[in-house]
Amino acid sequence: MIEFLLNGKVIRSEASPGEVVLDVVRRDVGLKGTKEGCREGDCGACMVLLGTPGERGVEYYAINSCLLPVGTVAGKHVVSIEGLNGPGLTPVQQAIVDEGATQCGFCTPGFVIALTGFLLGDMPLDPDSGYTAVSGNMCRCTGYLSIRRVVKKLCAAFAGTGNSPAARLEAMISSGVVPAYFETVPRLLAGMSGETPVCGVAGPPGDALPRQELDAGSSPPPEMDDTGGQADPGNAILIAGGTDLIVQRPEEVSEARLVLLERREDLRGIRIEAKDCWIGAATPVEEITRSEMLQELFPGTDPHIELISSVAIRHRATVGGNLVNASPIGDMAILLLALNVDVILCAGEQRRSVPLKEFFTGYKQLNREPDELVEAVRFKRPSGGSLFNFEKVSRRKHLDIASVNSAMMITVEHDVVRDVHMSAGGVAPIPFYLASAAESLRGQTLSAESIRRAADEACSAIAPISDVRGSGEYKRVLLGRLVRAHFIELFPGRFGEELLS
Amino acid sequence: MTNRDAILHVRGESRYVDDRLTPEDTLFGAVVTSDVACGTIRSVDTSPAESREGVVCVLTAGDPPGENQIGNIIRDEPLFADSEVHYIGQPIALVVARDAATARSVARGVKVEIDPGTPLLDPREAHAQGSLIAPPRTFALGDIEAAWDRCKWIVEGRVESGGQEHVYLETQGTVAWPAEDGKVVVQSATQSPSVVQCIVARMLGMPMQRVEVDVLRLGGAFGGKEDQATAWAAMAALAAWKTGKAVKVVLRRREDMRSTGKRHPYSSDFRIGLGKDLDILAYDVTFYQNAGAAADLSTSILERTLFHATNSYNIPNVRATAVSCRTNLPPNTAFRGFGAPQAMFVMECAVRKAAAAAGAEAEWVQRKNLLSVGDEFPYGMRCSSPNARRSWEMLEDQPETAVMREAVSVFNAEHALRKKGLAFMPVCFGVSFTTTFLNQAGALVHVYSDGSVGVSTAAVEMGQGVNTKIRQAAARTFSIGLDRVRVETTNTARVANTSPTAASSAADLNGNATRLACEAILQRLVRSAADLLGSEAPDDISLLDETVQASGQATDLKWEALVQHTYRNRISLSAQAHYATPRIHFDKAVEKGEPFSYHVAGTAVTEVTLDCLRGTYEVDAVRVVHDLGRSINPMIDLGQMEGGLVQGIGWVTLEELLYDDEGRLLTDSMSTYKIPDMNFAPGEIQAEFIQDAQYEGGAFGSKAIGEPPFMYGIGTFFALVEAMRAFRPDLPDQHILPLTPERVLMELVADLSS
Ligand SMILES: Cc1cc2nc3c(=O)[nH]c(=O)nc-3n(C[C@H](O)[C@H](O)[C@H](O)COP(=O)(O)OP(=O)(O)OC[C@H]3O[C@@H](n4cnc5c(N)ncnc54)[C@H](O)[C@@H]3O)c2cc1C
Ligand code: FES
Ligand code: FES
Repeated sequence: MIEFLLNGKVIRSEASPGEVVLDVVRRDVGLKGTKEGCREGDCGACMVLLGTPGERGVEYYAINSCLLPVGTVAGKHVVSIEGLNGPGLTPVQQAIVDEGATQCGFCTPGFVIALTGFLLGDMPLDPDSGYTAVSGNMCRCTGYLSIRRVVKKLCAAFAGTGNSPAARLEAMISSGVVPAYFETVPRLLAGMSGETPVCGVAGPPGDALPRQELDAGSSPPPEMDDTGGQADPGNAILIAGGTDLIVQRPEEVSEARLVLLERREDLRGIRIEAKDCWIGAATPVEEITRSEMLQELFPGTDPHIELISSVAIRHRATVGGNLVNASPIGDMAILLLALNVDVILCAGEQRRSVPLKEFFTGYKQLNREPDELVEAVRFKRPSGGSLFNFEKVSRRKHLDIASVNSAMMITVEHDVVRDVHMSAGGVAPIPFYLASAAESLRGQTLSAESIRRAADEACSAIAPISDVRGSGEYKRVLLGRLVRAHFIELFPGRFGEELLS
Repeated sequence: MTNRDAILHVRGESRYVDDRLTPEDTLFGAVVTSDVACGTIRSVDTSPAESREGVVCVLTAGDPPGENQIGNIIRDEPLFADSEVHYIGQPIALVVARDAATARSVARGVKVEIDPGTPLLDPREAHAQGSLIAPPRTFALGDIEAAWDRCKWIVEGRVESGGQEHVYLETQGTVAWPAEDGKVVVQSATQSPSVVQCIVARMLGMPMQRVEVDVLRLGGAFGGKEDQATAWAAMAALAAWKTGKAVKVVLRRREDMRSTGKRHPYSSDFRIGLGKDLDILAYDVTFYQNAGAAADLSTSILERTLFHATNSYNIPNVRATAVSCRTNLPPNTAFRGFGAPQAMFVMECAVRKAAAAAGAEAEWVQRKNLLSVGDEFPYGMRCSSPNARRSWEMLEDQPETAVMREAVSVFNAEHALRKKGLAFMPVCFGVSFTTTFLNQAGALVHVYSDGSVGVSTAAVEMGQGVNTKIRQAAARTFSIGLDRVRVETTNTARVANTSPTAASSAADLNGNATRLACEAILQRLVRSAADLLGSEAPDDISLLDETVQASGQATDLKWEALVQHTYRNRISLSAQAHYATPRIHFDKAVEKGEPFSYHVAGTAVTEVTLDCLRGTYEVDAVRVVHDLGRSINPMIDLGQMEGGLVQGIGWVTLEELLYDDEGRLLTDSMSTYKIPDMNFAPGEIQAEFIQDAQYEGGAFGSKAIGEPPFMYGIGTFFALVEAMRAFRPDLPDQHILPLTPERVLMELVADLSS
């Protein structure tokens, strides 16, 4: 049995932990306001708010219920559209009515949820952040202009509200954005069991991230209990955010026993030390986007990370999942290849580290044993002079998988390339480390010619195939352009159209 | 003003098919479909499936007691494939089980053996092999052969436009259940309740009065539920009839995308000639429509292609030929614009190519040739509106247009790797079903004894706001508060022989029918008021703001009291009315007539920014001047404008249907088929409406708004081409849409020497 709070009511669900909240809410509970539009995270019609109790109170964000295993919401607060309704309309609902931002209405509950999540969350209340908040919501009817007007109206109405969750919650209760019962939610959750039967929690919630001195085998024996004492490890599925797994194998997950990596606090977080940086494997991509520490190291990268999925998916999608899923076009894999990270793997008492560029061995093939858990990635703290750039071109700029993506980290001293790492996705069976292109640049003077040579080298090292993301020939041309783009972006004013000649 | 639907929507209280209450023991049907685009069925083995736990029955081609046939215009589409399959995704069987999960998993296991043939995917190849849906049709005006001699510049070309998936957010679905005496009730997500009724009745071998189709609302349709909702409705009805239980068939997104038809891809040839003054003297065009495996609405769509072959231009010598080609894709179908966008795209390609040949600005040639009052269309109707020309001039005169032009040229001078482009796009669209008999509608209005009003019409609410407009029509006619009026579901037992909610005409037709029904009741109310007030002259009596007026003076008699009085005097407070668009006619034998009630015209200007390094782009702004008549609901009309436009932009840019050589759709999910998102929507849409014109055809002087804005989206294509040309002056003609980022980049780097 899984116990969670749905709107104002405690639900004790007999569903299998891998069934998704969308089905539990619509089929079992019978609340029909949450809609199914795609079941793969691409439309937003199914959005609910997920409230997780923590040190800062209950924190809410909007999430796609079609990819949310019900086992993960035990002890949490799920808010469907019905849970926002009061006798009148909330300010979000009213603004949508007033601006004519609903036509057929099928997408509308999802937009109400996403915008309510925006007002409750900790993003600044400006239109750009508001647009980001609905980046995972599709509307086929309105053309979005009216929805932009709604966002602007709400931002104006709530300007000046603080950014802390507590301040936001208070303001939103008092202005009727969420009903008054939200006040009692922490109490209701406190009395609730967060246990999820037949789900294992991989290892005890333990120590923070792997230690700095960690080396293969030398660490203290990790207390790894894959089964949580209950699951039969034979058919248990290791699941992090589930944003790949549930899209790819929904039936299997819905019936399987799950090992919930999100319960492993020790696998989550970013730690930056004198020499090394660590990112826990279960860290959601959104946390990376928001990390001030990483932004300091790599200024200007956050707009690029916005190109990864949608904010709702980024709240779930993890670094480890992206690497183990091994899609040749995975954005995190490409970013991390250019940072030249090591992957820390752990099985039972054994820990080892593998350079990421040796981790991918063939299409969806990894240098990883079936029982090995990815714990973290580790990379050298970049020196002051290193520059980093990420490029992604997809058919649609946002919420789309890349046709080609590429990242580069480069250190240039006195115009000479001291060090460079480059990667490219969508151009090989694996996330591809552009070794020869990087090699062609190392020690060279930075010039249009050396850049062109590196781009040509990159293009000749790859063997892209034609698929729905583009023809092989296109991907080759595009990679050549993206390699040039790295330099145009990182050395503004210095390189331009002469790189194309 | 309260829009009831909007309030329900924001509260998540609107009910779509999959949300409506059904009995506890409702069964679920999952469809077994063909995995082969063309072939002969050797066997369908349903027995293992039937013996599975939870499965109630498996239905196949032999099960319908009537005809196993769902073709509407042409009977060429079986409900379940019988001996042959014609496209991937074609229904072969329905597994009916106690729950959806069981039905789906069993359906996946049903073994179908098919001897595969070679699929035909290209319309020209189909044409060459004589695989046609219907004989080709030609519209002709003037003497085209003689006209070429007078042309100074003649150019020709070939144009390709891709299909478009509707991506209505609510997928296809139906719930059906048996009622007593052999009747079946069908709650379908359809734009065409009567088509569903007729086909279900035919399939079950019973009269139409035994089939009741009820439609509450649709979660988007855009044409995709005009004919394509029928199959699922017929399956659910058959299963309900067989099992005696309620049965639901609701498709998942991928099932829907694989099995349903889309906007028709077209391949076209044109030849155009300009006289020395840059007048378009001659235009010859042939359209090859990729109809897919069955007729569906293809012939009607092709007809509209012919009607709009010349778009907003006056061309004295025209020959337009259209061929509907049968291929092995799912039957392609209606989609906002209904064949007109494809025609207008070819026309624009031709005008621009001709202008280039003459060394003239495209805008100059476009503007020179716009329609004026009295000009003749190739189908014999004369242009009665000055708005093609007027909208262009109004747009041109807006100060923002000069600012836009200036900004583009400054930007392009200052940037080497980013370029802006700008393009004008005129649109002239005829309103009415081109199938004349469909231009009728019915309304049934009840005034209840407490003064509240219920209206039933033939119109289906699918987000276009028709219910709100109908409420307004009733409230206006009675002069009562909007909140007194409720619009009921669209139900074939209340309003019969409904035309599809399509052709942008639902508000016109049903708004007028509602007005007529309300007027009939109003007349009785007025007589009743005269009686009550002891007035001799009912002509002096009227209603204003729920109060009876006598000789223009308010009396004490209010709406509710009047209704009560009328009721107690045994006078009917209900009326049924029928509206048929006057005047229109069309003679297919000569392809001439007056098929449209009126035309709407307008012009858009689009500005885009292109990243020439990466091939990606943004639509900065679209400004439109559009003829709207007297809008009865400006907010709804603005929503149609913005939504239609963005859909049109999607069609010419991101939205691409990719098939493999076997005819398998590769872009069969929202993760691979990309519709515009908020970020991609234009930075700005500015619409100026021409509202002063007088029209009889629309409801209360308004004009249709559903489809025309879609075609302003075509301007984005040409604005992109302009931006590409700014980067690469030797860019060859671009005649293929969608202009995806991939196509843009490959055209920018293409080696022209070979
Ligand atoms: C709508 C949508 C949009 C998306 N957009 C993008 C995008 O723009 N760019 C992109 O790169 N990806 C995208 N994705 C894919 C996906 O979100 C990412 O790949 C994500 O990082 C996967 O992480 P996860 O935690 O959800 O993985 P899961 O689905 O939980 O797991 C994936 C696999 O990894 C295994 N696994 C997970 N963690 C570990 C671990 N620590 N050790 C060992 N094995 C592990 C699981 O067992 C499973 O086999 C998108 C997905 C969706 C649904
Ligand atoms: S149903 Fe589309 S995102 Fe969940
Ligand atoms: S209102 Fe129809 S999808 Fe948004």
